[in-house]
Amino acid sequence: MAESFVRKEMLEAQAPPASQAGAIAWVRENLFSGPLNTILTLLGIVVIYWLISTSLPWWLNGVWNASSLSECRSIVAASAGEGATGACWAMLRERWHQFIFGFYPPESYWRPILAFVLLFVALAPVLFTSVPRKALWFTAIYPALCFWLLWGGPIWTPIVAMMGFVILGLAVVYLSSYLGAPGSAAAGVVAAVLWWLFLQGPVAGFLASNLPFGLASVNSDRFGGFLLAITIGVTAIGCSLPIGIILALGRQSNMVIVKALSVAFIEFIRGVPLITLLFTASLLLQYFLPPNTNFDIILRVIILVTFFAAAYLAEVIRGGLAALPRGQYEAADALGLDYWQAQRLIILPQALKISIPGIVSSFIGLFKDTTLVAFVGLMDPLKGVTQIVRADMNWKGIYWEPYIFVGAIFFIICFGMSRYSMYLERKLKTDHR
Amino acid sequence: MAEAQKMAVSDEVAIQITGMNKWYGQFHVLRDIDMTVNRGERIVICGPSGSGKSTLIRCINRLEEHQSGHIVVDGTELTSDLKNIDKVRSEVGMVFQHFNLFPHLTILENCTLAPIWVRKIPKKEAEETAMHFLRKVKIPEQANKYPGQLSGGQQQRVAIARSLCMRPRIMLFDEPTSALDPEMIKEVLDTMIELAQEGMTMLCVTHEMGFAQAVANRVIFMDKGQIVEQNEPKEFFSNPQSDRTKLFLSQILGH
Ligand SMILES: Nc1ncnc2c1ncn2[C@@H]1O[C@H](COP(=O)(O)OP(=O)(O)OP(=O)(O)O)[C@@H](O)[C@H]1O
Ligand SMILES: [Mg+2]
Repeated sequence: MAESFVRKEMLEAQAPPASQAGAIAWVRENLFSGPLNTILTLLGIVVIYWLISTSLPWWLNGVWNASSLSECRSIVAASAGEGATGACWAMLRERWHQFIFGFYPPESYWRPILAFVLLFVALAPVLFTSVPRKALWFTAIYPALCFWLLWGGPIWTPIVAMMGFVILGLAVVYLSSYLGAPGSAAAGVVAAVLWWLFLQGPVAGFLASNLPFGLASVNSDRFGGFLLAITIGVTAIGCSLPIGIILALGRQSNMVIVKALSVAFIEFIRGVPLITLLFTASLLLQYFLPPNTNFDIILRVIILVTFFAAAYLAEVIRGGLAALPRGQYEAADALGLDYWQAQRLIILPQALKISIPGIVSSFIGLFKDTTLVAFVGLMDPLKGVTQIVRADMNWKGIYWEPYIFVGAIFFIICFGMSRYSMYLERKLKTDHR
Repeated sequence: MAEAQKMAVSDEVAIQITGMNKWYGQFHVLRDIDMTVNRGERIVICGPSGSGKSTLIRCINRLEEHQSGHIVVDGTELTSDLKNIDKVRSEVGMVFQHFNLFPHLTILENCTLAPIWVRKIPKKEAEETAMHFLRKVKIPEQANKYPGQLSGGQQQRVAIARSLCMRPRIMLFDEPTSALDPEMIKEVLDTMIELAQEGMTMLCVTHEMGFAQAVANRVIFMDKGQIVEQNEPKEFFSNPQSDRTKLFLSQILGH
């Protein structure tokens, strides 16, 4: 028989013994829990110590004021003794603008800077839903504005080019009741292409000669550094997402031709190294284009980088589409939504949400891949600009500093994208699983 | 049961299926289906697993395509003509076993989406209608939550409200309670019974024989892709004719 028991006094909570909590317990549990763990911890400490002890003087002895590498070295030797190493950041002081702008005319630096600032204004309504939707109008005109700011020339060129999209939009709005969504879109595309091919040049030329207003034009070969990387990266990111979505939908389509074309495109582009495509951009594309069109090299590179990214995105998005249960398609069908409504309102929002991590990795990869344009003679920040800097007698032999600088900027941008994707995932989390 | 008979059935034909056959590849899943449903009828379809019940009702709103025969819904024949399909789908509501709510939209948005985009009803009006039906299924207070935050029974009632918001003339149910815990089955069945009493034309695949007896005016038994027997519920349960029906009933009612 059990003895009866009634508690009279409640026990106070006590601090756990030191071996269970606090720093000592944490260290014991996580770093020295067993022989293997202890060995690895000690090894790790040795490696970290070695890394720091060899590179720390280099960082600490960094020189910011000098006009050549040899001057840097003598300053380091004077202050830290003969044989000491030191970073020569003075090179950045003198050449930072080339890393950022390439050979863009210095008196026009305000143009890319303004374009860069406006980029955030244009992106804000896309990235953050709290920004008023009206701001999307600015986003819509931003591409033309940015083009004009960067390349200059008469203002009419981008305006007349944008008219092509207006024509496309009007066609979709006014013809969709006769031709349906795909039909009107096709008609709009045809009309816009006709506009660009035959009317754009004369109309823009006419306006420019009668109402001359514009910025000094800057040739593509002046572009370089991060200006080039960001121009290519942002444009390709912006264009590859819609193309990737269309390819992913095409690959799932029941229409044999559409499906075959999508699969062929995706598999071909994914199967070929980006550098091959870039060489194609620089050499081959000219043969396919009408003889007198002078297609800008940056534009050509952007197109192929976009295709490359789009093919990868299509596969990432296809993964998202495949992850959706059939029931979502069936519920949308049963409610009477047509194909495009179902895709836009039900399927894609969910599929894209699932694919966010993959999409953002593709974007990060794309942005870093922009350095490959060095292979077709463009001045990317990593190889192109660094080579030019090293060609200067004053900085001949400088090695780590430019790469560290360029790497740091790439890291900041890519890390920013990755953080944004995590923010977006958290914000869109509605499934409460 | 007396109550069930009271509910009006008109002579007007809502669904007419004649000589309909369907194959999945080589597999003859629906064989020579003939069936007429009048407006206001409440039909329960039952049968062993794999007998083609789901396939049959999914043919009625063309989630599945039939290969021969005719299906006419509200005077519109289902052919490959997309206009007809859209017309039928906007008039026929469907409730699924696994609810199939849209997890990225709130309950209210789930209910207003189709009215706004398919019926082109102004948002404000669509929201009022949605709240009306959410009150009817007794969960107006959940309107701004997401489906993932609701219990299974609540989700299924939202799914019913979502269909009703399109003001359908016919409702199809495919085992609406078989994914639910027993205590939630009643709340969904109550909603369906209420709907039946208001005169909705309903086709319901279910094994809830209590529901069949309470509201159905006809029970259809299917096996191997064929309609084997149909009768009014009282006769069907008390005096089944075919051996297959007897076997089936003894299996589901037997224990
Ligand atoms: N997409 C499909 N492709 C091939 N066969 C299918 C497909 N869908 C269903 N079937 C087959 O068709 C038959 C009928 O399926 P159906 O889902 O209509 O049965 P059911 O009567 O609803 O069964 P349950 O009570 O299990 O839901 C089954 O044998 C099934 O395996
Ligand atoms: Mg079924």
